[in-house]
This record gives sequence, C-alpha cells and structure tokens, in this order.
Amino acid sequence: MLYARLIAMRLLKAVVVLFLIVIFNFVLIQLAPGDPAAILAGEAGATDEEFLRQLRERFGLDQPMYVQLWRYVSGIATLDFGWSYRQGMPVLDLILARLPATLLLTGTAFVLSLALGIVLGSMAAARVKRPSGSIIMALALVFYATPLFWVALMAVVLFSVYLGWLPAYGMYTVGAGLSGLALVLDVAKHLVLPATTLALFFMAIYTRMTRASMLEASQQDFVKTARAKGLSPRVIQRRHVLRNALLPIITLAGLQAGQMVGGAILTETVFAWPGIGRLMFEALQQRDYNLLLGIFFFSAALVIVFNILTDLVYRLTDPRIKEAA
Amino acid sequence: MNDDTPVLSIRGLTLALPEGADRDCAVEAVSYDVARGEIMCVVGESGSGKSMAANAVMGLLPKGVRATAGEVLFDGQDLLRLSEKQHRRLRGLRIGMIFQEPMTALNPLMRVGAQIAEVFEAHGKFTSKERQARALALLEEVGIPQPDRAIRAYPFQLSGGQRQRVMIAMALALEPELLIADEPTTALDVTTQAQILALIRDLQRRRGMAVMFITHDFGVVAEIASRVCVMRHGRVVELGSAAEVLRQPRHEYTRALLEAIPSNVIPAARGGDRQQPLLEVNRLSKTFRSRGGLFKPAREVLALDDVSFTLAPGETVGIVGESGSGKSTLGRCVVRLERPDSGSLRLAGTDLSALRGDALRRERHRVQMIFQDPYASLNPRHRVGYAIAQGPMANGVPRARAMRQAEELLELVGLGAVAVDRYPHEFSGGQRQRIGIARALALNPQLIVADEAVSALDVSIQAQVLELLEELKQKLSLSLLFITHDLRVAAQICDTIIVMQNGRIVEQGTAQEVFLRPTEAYTKQLLDAIPGRAHEAALA
Repeated sequence: MLYARLIAMRLLKAVVVLFLIVIFNFVLIQLAPGDPAAILAGEAGATDEEFLRQLRERFGLDQPMYVQLWRYVSGIATLDFGWSYRQGMPVLDLILARLPATLLLTGTAFVLSLALGIVLGSMAAARVKRPSGSIIMALALVFYATPLFWVALMAVVLFSVYLGWLPAYGMYTVGAGLSGLALVLDVAKHLVLPATTLALFFMAIYTRMTRASMLEASQQDFVKTARAKGLSPRVIQRRHVLRNALLPIITLAGLQAGQMVGGAILTETVFAWPGIGRLMFEALQQRDYNLLLGIFFFSAALVIVFNILTDLVYRLTDPRIKEAA
Repeated sequence: MNDDTPVLSIRGLTLALPEGADRDCAVEAVSYDVARGEIMCVVGESGSGKSMAANAVMGLLPKGVRATAGEVLFDGQDLLRLSEKQHRRLRGLRIGMIFQEPMTALNPLMRVGAQIAEVFEAHGKFTSKERQARALALLEEVGIPQPDRAIRAYPFQLSGGQRQRVMIAMALALEPELLIADEPTTALDVTTQAQILALIRDLQRRRGMAVMFITHDFGVVAEIASRVCVMRHGRVVELGSAAEVLRQPRHEYTRALLEAIPSNVIPAARGGDRQQPLLEVNRLSKTFRSRGGLFKPAREVLALDDVSFTLAPGETVGIVGESGSGKSTLGRCVVRLERPDSGSLRLAGTDLSALRGDALRRERHRVQMIFQDPYASLNPRHRVGYAIAQGPMANGVPRARAMRQAEELLELVGLGAVAVDRYPHEFSGGQRQRIGIARALALNPQLIVADEAVSALDVSIQAQVLELLEELKQKLSLSLLFITHDLRVAAQICDTIIVMQNGRIVEQGTAQEVFLRPTEAYTKQLLDAIPGRAHEAALA
C-alpha cells in the first residue's frame, strides 16, 4: 500500500519533470543556429524565396515560437512527436522501430556487466592480497582504461576477421529470411560482440566498486559477530558482507540503466547496430530537430523511470531508508 | 570434564604483534583460569591486551597477530592448535561472545529473529520453524519487551540496551559452557548498564555458565566479578578473588587504578558570584522536527523544554543525564552550534541566542567547546599546531603569532612545543584530548563547554585530564559547563549539578546536595545505578 502511494507520488513528479525537460529541450533547439527550411531547400538545390516560404508554412516554422511550442507540447500529450522531414515518417514510428534493437543491446550489456562485475568483485574481495585477486583487479583496470571503440575494433578483427566465429556487424544476416528459433539464434550471434564490448567498461567499474565496498563492509563489527556465531566464511561473505556492500552498486546500476537509450552510440556505430544511437547521430548531422527532440524525450523518460526503480530497490535492500523517507 | 577442572585454562599465552607495532607482544606469558559457574573479570586500560586473549580463545585474532607460546585449554583440547574449521564448530556452540558496540554489532539489514536463528543454522540445529520458535523464547528470556514484535524488528528499531539483549540472546542460543563478554556495557547509559549487568549475572547463575568478562571499569568489577585478573602492558599484574583484589590490592598498579576511580568524596562548592552570573540561560527550548512527507506526519522531539539556569564566573556546572536527555543539545545551544527556538542565552550581558551571521561569528570566540571523541574531532590531515592556530587566524591574528601561541598552549597542556609539527594520529587518546583543550583555549574564551570530554578515556588518563582542566581553570580564571553521563566524574569536578531527563531539568543544586541528599526519584535512580556503589559503601 505504502509502495503504491509512493510510486503514484513519484510518477506525478516525473510528469512535471518531463514537461519541464520538453520545454527546455525545445527552447535549446530553437537557439541552435541555422534554419532547417534553408538547409532543406539548399539540399534540394532551390534558393527561391517563395519555395522557402512554402516550406516554412508547411512545417509551421513561420509561426512565433510560443505557438510552435504549444503545438509541440500539446502534440506530445497525445503521443504525437511530430514529423521527421528528412525521413518522411512520423517521429514516433521511427523511434519505436529502433527502440527494441537498442534496448536489446544495452539491456544485455547491463545485465552482463552487473552480474559479472558483482561476481568478479566478490571474488577479488575474498582473495585480497592473493595472486588470483590481483589478476582480477588488473583485468578490471585494463578494461576500465581501454577506449571502447578500440576494444570493439579489436574484437571484430579477432573474432570476425581472423577467427570467423562471429558476425562483424548488423543485427541479423541480411537476406537469410530466417524465422522462429533460427532467427533468435542469428540475432544472439550478432549480439555477442557489441554487447560484450559495451559491458566490459561497466563490468570493470562494478568489479572495482564491489571489491572496495565489500572490503569496507567486512571491517564492520557485525561481521565479527557473524564469525563468533560460527558461520562459514561463504555465508558471511554472501549474507552479511555483500548485502551491506550493495548500496553504492545499486546507485551506479541506476545510473547505467538510465543511459540505456542514448549510451550506445559508439558501439552501435562500430557494429552497424540498427538502434536509437545511430538514429540520433544521423538526426544530429541532418538537423532533423523533431526526431532529435523525440529521442531526447524518450531518453529523459527512461532516466526518470530508472531513478524511481532505483529508489524502490534501495528501500527493498535497506529497511532503514523506508523509515527515513 | 569433572567439576573441578576449569572450563577454560590459559597457560603462558604469548601473542606476537606484527612487526612495526609499538610493542612486540599483545600479551606475554599470560595465565589464568575461568572455572565453571564463576564470573572472571579481566580488567585493564586500553592497550593492556585484555581483549586479545579473548580473541585467541574465539579464534578471532586480528590479522598479523599470532600465538607464539603457551596453550589455551578448553575441555582438554588446546584451542591454539585447532584448524579454523574445528574452531568454527566451537564458536557459538560451546563458546559464545558479546561485544562492546550494540549499535554496530548487529547486521543492520537483517531482522533480529533471522540473526538469532542464524546461530542454529550455523551449527545445523533444528528446522527453520523450530529456530524461529527458539529465537522467540530467547528474546523472552533476555527480557525484551514484546518479543513477538521484536523478532521481526530490524536493529535500528531497537534501543542500545535492547540490542545488547539481542546480542546476549544470540550468544546464549546454544547454551555455551563459556560466555565471553567484551566490554558489553561500556557504551550504555548507567541505568541500562545496571540492567544488563543484572541480566548477565542472572543468566550465568541460572545456567551455571562460566563467564569471562572484560572491562576497564572497576565499578563494574565490584558489581559482578567472582574473580579478577588485572592486566597491564600485556601482562597479568594481579590475580585473585574479587574481595581480595578490591579490598587489599597487592600490586601498586591495581591500587593506582582503584584510586583513579572518581570517588564518592565530593568537594564542597566554591562560591561564585551569583549576583553577576557569567552565563544566564533563561527558558531555553529547542524542538527537533523530522520532516514529514505528504502521507507521514512530521515527528517532533522536544530536546530542550524550558531550561533555565545560571553559571557564575569561575564556576563549574555539571549537566548530567542519560542519552536523549537533551544535555548535548543544551551544550550545542550554548556554543550556538544550534539555534534555540525560544528563550535567551546571556553571556556577560550579550544575548547570544539573538545573534546571527557576522555578529555571531565575532562573539563565537567567547564560548569554546571540547568534544567527546578525541579521534574524530581533529582533522587527521592538519598538523596539530595548525589545528590550534586556525581559530585565532580566522579571527585576524597573524599566522606567525598564532603559531607561537599554539606552541605556548601545547606547553601549557603538558605536551611540549615540539608537538606543533606532528599529526593527530601520532598521539594517544589522552594526549589528543589535551590538544582539544589547547584548541579551545586558543581563542581566550570566557566559558568552555566540555561535552563528555573524558568519557572516551581510560580512568587513569581521565584523572589526569580532569586535573589539567581544574588547574587551567584556576590559572586562567575560566568557567566550565561540563556535560557528562558519568555521575562519578561530575561529582569530582563540578560545583553545581543539573540533572536532566527528557529535555527538562529534574533537579539542580550544589554537587553535595544532589549527590548526598537527592530529592527527586530520577536522581536517586541514577545514583543507585552507578556500578560498584555497594562496594564503595562497604569500604567507607
């Protein structure tokens, strides 16, 4: 009951925040130099004033800003994100077409990095001052310090070009016409390289953070109490140390999850993954402002959703937070 | 094991400290027994090694500390020779242990019941349903109110005394033959301490356990011990029955420790000039509010409720009370770290409670504070000289002169001018508290507020610091507002005593009046709870 109320409250706040973000983004885009109509006309090879005027009129660009803003905001309220002049399609359709691919990639990377990071970090914490622990930390440091695109390119060179195990780009084999389980397997095969590449960096951070946080938690008095009960080291590590070390990791996971829409531009570009990241990059280059605004909106909405989720997970993990709220 | 053999027998135990420690051995050639059905008190000051032997018994020695000689016999086997796995099987099952800090010794994220049930789980006893039932029975046995609710509570929902009861329930869950209690009441209020001591004694008698009770407090020893082992610098200096050691201490160190206990001898109040008080506190109130949410009412705690008193120049006023009584809030209001909600606070005519911003900053130097924790109240990255000179420098004294003053002050508090270039971690607790005093004096205050200034110190160090405060007071004609939970300390140093409870002043009067002829029930209750009172009365 308490949770339902809490979530309702947070959602209400979220709507307000989202509304402000929409206005802010809109104004920001208006401030950008360059007239979309002039660029469109320029690319069409026309310099005719009359043609420009027609273009402006057609897209409502001749209206004062507040009218444009009103039209835009009231459009969003009915899930109408406007028209992409460049792609000749409604913005919403474009985004929805690309969103699943991005969420599949970033979601897989998220789960992979979080799970591996916590496992490796716990292992490193239990093996502190031993060679195996040091090797884990050295690897984490390497992945943390290496640029993402370089790892991606090297992975392509090794696994696709040299070994030929995995496809180098795309989301499925073009023209194969697969369906059912075969399609799933095909996508999974395409997913391995980009997801791993994207996961490595965050995995390294989770590993380092889990280890540091667990070492700190294992200094606490209640760990000595647990040992005095005669519990085995394994149970102590899992039940007492890890649980108390989780809060900073949840914070970071919330941040990473919020980036799931916009955070994969580099990876999507290198691996030609047909996701939102690439769509955003193209929209930026072509000054497709409506599309850009639409993507900003989705990515902001996702950040807000994951903030609420993070807060809920906090409460589930630490009973003291409930009391303080 | 027949009834005459001791439950635990420590023989010639030597524990080596890692290289680079301030001495070679944590304990050296230590021998003592703990017999069935007795409470053996191991007494000593911090650094005496009194807890180390207990850690060796439990197999919980800190990293780097290892046994180099001797044996620890429990039920005929030498615990030092056990593998970690064999040792683990004894812990919780046949040897239980409780620790000093009830606030941190329980896992904050687990329900109390689950933490007790864990003891059974660790040794593979009972079904999970039976474990819960037994946890409930244990909570009942240790006297927790509403055990059926407490079993589902998280530690933060319990008070310090209740948490310590939970710890005891855990330690006793499998009816161990030996209970090790490491300063179990040090962090508690006097009345709670008295209850927990009574509980331990009671359970010990009922179950016929052997108890190894580690403490620094001879009052507690007098209250609970059957036998006493006094330790100093890792060695046993005296061993005997409680009656012998307390009445006819043979070793001079034991005598010194016993003498260092603030006694019931209460100095007569020196009359200050009541007509022209230095500090006039008039109807001071302060309420703390936790911010309520949309669906949750705000919670209010009345920390100070209509508090009035005066402090004459040169006088020491003691504020005593248990945690939550509002005594620290009062201190913080006087130094204006907190803003009182209503009432006035006049220091030699200036109303401090009305000041704000720059005006307040200009007056701040007149009241200075000495804090409780000598470790946490000094910035570890600042040299001591700078820590002291900072205040004067902030008030416009040139750096060179402020540093020279710092040297003089360190000389004055007995540390020597060379201390200016050293860092806080190079000093002991008592020395750090001297630094804290020097820092407070650096601004030439008229009034010093000492908030539990000696509570974290060993008795012998406590006595030295109190002496220093007294001496400085005379020399610099200071006035002192001395906040403490320790009535014995208050009795020793204060002219006037104010007893607080729930934000109100319950009783105030000269130290002699309050301690020897208390009129309020609460004051009497506090005085009765002081451990070792019966013993002192017997000596007198």
